[in-house]
Amino acid sequence: MTAQFPALALILLFPALGFVFNVFFGRRAGRGAVNLAGPGVIFLAFAIALWGFARLLAMPPGAALEVTLWPWIVAGQFHTAIALRFDALSAVMTLIVSGVGAVIHLYSVGYMAHDEDYARYFAYMNLFALSMLVLVLADNLLLMFVGWEGVGLCSYLLIAFWYDNAQFAYNGRKAFVVNRVGDAGFILGILTILSALAAHGVWTLNFVGLQAHSAMLAPVATLAGLLLLLGATGKSAQIPLYVWLPDAMVGPTPVSALIHAATMVTAGVYMIARLHFLYTLTPDAMYVVAVIGTVTAFFAATVAVVQTDIKRVLAYSTISQLGYMFMGVGAGAFAAGIFHVMTHAFFKGLLFLCAGSIIHALDGEQDMTRMGALWRRMPITYATMLAATLAISAVPGFSGYFSKDLILERTFAAGYGGLWLIGVVTAGLTALYMFRLLFLTFHGSSRVAPDKHVHESPPVMTVPLIILGVLSVVGGWVELPAGWLWGGAFTRFLTPVFGPFRTEAAHGAAAGAIGMVAMLATFIGFALAYILYIQTPSLPGRIATGASALYRLLVRKYYVDELYNLVFARFLFWGSENVLNRGVDRGLIDGIVDGAGLGVEEAGEMTRRSETGNVQVYAFVYLIGAVGIVAAYAYLVMVR
Amino acid sequence: MVPMSYFVGLSAVLFAIGVAGVLLRRDIIVIFMSIEIMLNAVNLAFVALARRLGSMDGQVIVFFVMTVAAAEAAVGLAIIISVFRNRETVNADEINLLRG
Repeated sequence: MTAQFPALALILLFPALGFVFNVFFGRRAGRGAVNLAGPGVIFLAFAIALWGFARLLAMPPGAALEVTLWPWIVAGQFHTAIALRFDALSAVMTLIVSGVGAVIHLYSVGYMAHDEDYARYFAYMNLFALSMLVLVLADNLLLMFVGWEGVGLCSYLLIAFWYDNAQFAYNGRKAFVVNRVGDAGFILGILTILSALAAHGVWTLNFVGLQAHSAMLAPVATLAGLLLLLGATGKSAQIPLYVWLPDAMVGPTPVSALIHAATMVTAGVYMIARLHFLYTLTPDAMYVVAVIGTVTAFFAATVAVVQTDIKRVLAYSTISQLGYMFMGVGAGAFAAGIFHVMTHAFFKGLLFLCAGSIIHALDGEQDMTRMGALWRRMPITYATMLAATLAISAVPGFSGYFSKDLILERTFAAGYGGLWLIGVVTAGLTALYMFRLLFLTFHGSSRVAPDKHVHESPPVMTVPLIILGVLSVVGGWVELPAGWLWGGAFTRFLTPVFGPFRTEAAHGAAAGAIGMVAMLATFIGFALAYILYIQTPSLPGRIATGASALYRLLVRKYYVDELYNLVFARFLFWGSENVLNRGVDRGLIDGIVDGAGLGVEEAGEMTRRSETGNVQVYAFVYLIGAVGIVAAYAYLVMVR
Repeated sequence: MVPMSYFVGLSAVLFAIGVAGVLLRRDIIVIFMSIEIMLNAVNLAFVALARRLGSMDGQVIVFFVMTVAAAEAAVGLAIIISVFRNRETVNADEINLLRG
């Protein structure tokens, strides 16, 4: 059942107002106003979302709140409206986006305090929040794509925020272009779906409508699923389109936290979850999703183990964790994937904010080889980062444990033993690189440059850390294992959207054993990290020199960027410079415009020569005209 | 009777001489004289045709033409004097400020 809830529009309106305010009045209004308006509108959106959530809980399962803002496209039989739908799935996503978003906006007030462009920053952040909320609240595929594009734009604007630096600007462009490749797949996917429906005379891209007519989608399900997957790999940084995310770390750290950890990158997972009815029609495409997710997860984890830039480790970690989410939804465990989206938003957002806290305290230092022994001097940051590390390493009791474990358990139950095994190994790697990060940054001997004034961050930054820290611990408790207290509450909340997970049989001893293996992998990872970075700190260096070829391969990220550069980028740059810039832009377009001007000038020159200034010449022309008229008259009137 | 074609022919020749004068002479005063020749040629044609057709209309038009010619000559000469005061010349080729 659906109910109308016009206040849903406010969830979009507040960030939109914030954006307009910050763009037009931000500079004039001053820092105080922007610091209030920027985060404030997101908190307001979160409040409305909570209100909607409370409403939704009071309704029977499977209910949704809707509002149609205005009709958008009316073309013959094809009708699309700007309409929002707040069902269980979009409720979860909206709360994550607005809640974690609000906290990160608050943190930004402290982090960007020394920056001149604070109004522009909050304008972009508000615009991003607006776009992301449009994405998750849209009730049809086309409007979702509008939000999809919007977050891509904001990602570019925020990555290249300090655009004076040419490298940063380049990385922003790289992110946008790589995303665009994915978007092409997305658009083709939408068209495939529409054409399949149109063949039966159905013209809708409404999610409810699509689900109702999902039988008509069966013949194109695999093709559409794979095309949409291409879009998802672009937005959610999976193989093959993940290369933009590590380079996106040049943006301000709160941007990395919000966009490249907590929200935007989960859009791909959300899209697949939203279109679960399409994907369940095509086991082949789902298998591809799961495989891509698993391989990406493992691959990114191996790279993260050797990176020295703290944000790069977290970037590859994000790619890896997103791989887990894809693994989950690919195995049919949609609720589990969304659950991991939520817990990941908490702990990964927190990890990035802590990294920002450290970078802020060390005045811009991001290299972990120049950190160490910080835990005494930054206790709050340390405590929250420890909580986040325990969460991401899936230590029992913390949020990440419940979500990752659920994904692994259900992947195994779906019959993907091989993928499960790779997932378990990756979990071990996760624990390894995360505790490595923690130990190198906070423990051991201090390698910090002596001129750095290390201090704990101000409350406007540490309060968000604490909030997310608490969530990283308790956030997973909404989904306790079946049989414990309110076991399965989260998945039960989402079941009306997805349907039950296909094999509910994986309980008891089998589930227990599977969980044990994962926990063992985590412990091994932790132990390795302890040995390598606390007990014998010289060991990693010796291993690196010993296995130098492998080490170099990992540090250079398997040379993927170099490969893409060689195969795609160089050709595209050459074409862009010579064909498009010189040929089309300067030659053709400028030629037409300049040519028009020159042509008029030439014509003017020629006609100027008739202005002799000599009256007798003018009289002569006059005479010829008069003779002409008389001759015409004589011909027309007298001869005819 | 003198055939009418002689009068009209003379009128045409006079008109042509007037046109040639307007187009080819350099001195502005001579140009004005040529204009007067053209007007008188037309007068001759009107009178001859009026006599031939037995109508007074031609004669009356001649009055109008003469009046206009006189007024135009007066104004034109005033302009020539003004031009001469400013430009020190009455050579039509040299009065070409409107040249583009």
